[in-house]
Amino acid sequence: MRELATDPRQTRRTIIGMAGLAALVAALLAGIKIGAVSVTVYDIWNVISAPAGNEVYQIVYNIRIPRVFVGALTGINLALAGCILQGILRNPLADPGIIGVSAGAGLAAMTVMILWPGLTALVPTAAFSGALLAAGIVFLLSWDRGVQPLKLILAGVALAAFFGGGMSALMVFHSDKVQGTVNWMAGSFQGRSWDHVLMILPYSMVGVAGAMLAHRYLNALQLGDEVARGLGIKVETARFTLVVLAALLAGSAVSVAGLLGFVGLIIPHIARMLVGSDFEYLLPCSALLGATLVVAADTLARTAFSPVEVPVGIFMAFLGAPFFIYLL
Amino acid sequence: MKGDKTVNHTIAAKAIKLGYGGKVIVPNIDVIIDRPEIISIIGPNGSGKSTLLKALSRLLKPLSGCVLLDGRDIHKLPPREVARIMAILPQSVQAPVDMTVCELVTYGRMPYKRMFEKMIAEDEDCINDALAATDMQHMMHRRLDSLSGGERQRAWLAMALAQQPRLLLLDEPTTYLDIHHQLELMKLVRNLYQDRQITVIMVLHDLNHAARFSHRIIAVKDGQVFADGSVAEVFTAENLQALYGVEATVMTLEQGGSSYLVCFPYDSCCLPQGA
Repeated sequence: MRELATDPRQTRRTIIGMAGLAALVAALLAGIKIGAVSVTVYDIWNVISAPAGNEVYQIVYNIRIPRVFVGALTGINLALAGCILQGILRNPLADPGIIGVSAGAGLAAMTVMILWPGLTALVPTAAFSGALLAAGIVFLLSWDRGVQPLKLILAGVALAAFFGGGMSALMVFHSDKVQGTVNWMAGSFQGRSWDHVLMILPYSMVGVAGAMLAHRYLNALQLGDEVARGLGIKVETARFTLVVLAALLAGSAVSVAGLLGFVGLIIPHIARMLVGSDFEYLLPCSALLGATLVVAADTLARTAFSPVEVPVGIFMAFLGAPFFIYLL
Repeated sequence: MKGDKTVNHTIAAKAIKLGYGGKVIVPNIDVIIDRPEIISIIGPNGSGKSTLLKALSRLLKPLSGCVLLDGRDIHKLPPREVARIMAILPQSVQAPVDMTVCELVTYGRMPYKRMFEKMIAEDEDCINDALAATDMQHMMHRRLDSLSGGERQRAWLAMALAQQPRLLLLDEPTTYLDIHHQLELMKLVRNLYQDRQITVIMVLHDLNHAARFSHRIIAVKDGQVFADGSVAEVFTAENLQALYGVEATVMTLEQGGSSYLVCFPYDSCCLPQGA
């Protein structure tokens, strides 16, 4: 009877979890250490244990630590959002971009940046509102006694195209003011502070808690609506709640990081290859990998062509696209 | 709900009207199932037999009328409570390719678990019992995509059994199986009925399987119950002609120490008027 507990893949999953955690810690440390001014692990320890107002403290505490944290939380949110969406839509191509959330956030943020440059402080709020608005419209369009997965994808693609057109129109009509928006559109963590950490942290916490609660429902939905219903799951309620969760995760990520693509698409695939499609393991593994990837990519992007800082989104696209083709 | 595993459950469809998105498939149907037996629903394509099974299993909400489980509206009962009494195996099922038999069967315990509740010995007993009943114990750690069609169907049946249902609903369980595995599955269904005294309601296309393995046949035509009763009552040449528009010989076959009705359709004919 004890045999049930000894799934042969258990050891492998434990090892991968440990390795993922180690990789994340390494990426965070590297992200704090490496840069125009190199700091040692000893310096970092000093900053945490005995805060002093010196230059190293300023760099480590006010610039690099918030930046790697924002990166890690963004990675977690995007990866979880992609993972959840791929699960409930039963579509391996689903990611936050496909439900129109990223485009909605993008258009709202760009509108503020271009039309009311004085209100730049409101960009994250605007992005977040845009994300929620987009999610709301997609819901309305795809509602037919519950969220219909296929309708949701089609409505999302259409809405993303519509909002994308809006962004292009803004750029054409205000070509003189586009400069400031470029970095944001590509996805970047330049100048991210503790304020941004605090902005995204609640959503990450909700996301992680939600993912812990949701894995059984996501698993059951993989068996198809009819089987899930037969097992006593309220399929419509579960799917609706999960899409809202994914929209919150993606919207909060876009509002601090800009249009950072590929993470929500690629990470769940890699995680599935590593630990299989059981969401109990897939969700935490995706979160770990997403955080690691974004932090590592951001560190590379800002140091590889120093002193030029490449937006991490561009770096991710150059890294992600070939990798995705390799996965095919 | 745990203590009453021997109680008889009654499922009744009261004047239900069924359809999808405005299109009515079943205008008005009444069915009562009140004792443990094997019941086959037969009927031509598009007659509404699968729709009826979906309504009985609460996968489809009636446009009007209601389905009562032990006298209570099945759509007003807590879904988990229904899932502890009734298990349904839909016609086409899907699962992630890397899922193992054991993982799949474990889902059958979901109706018994709260959000964070861990598996206890009782759950493991049920899972082992379901694996044993379907002869899948030796394959419990195999991936579903490495199984043959018959084995995969048994794995899904094991998941349904892990729910410890008193009512087991199967929608064309033998589709896509060769005759060997069809027979194996029908024998398995009969064993489950004999060992557990559960009610099995299944939609079957193979009339001879329906005649051989069921106690009661419900024949559905044009969304109406055309005939409902014991195999001997329903399984007649006249009924088959009226149902399917075929000339058939129905005869008793004695084989392997038992006798059962079989039919041999030999010619198609016009459906009788007004049937």
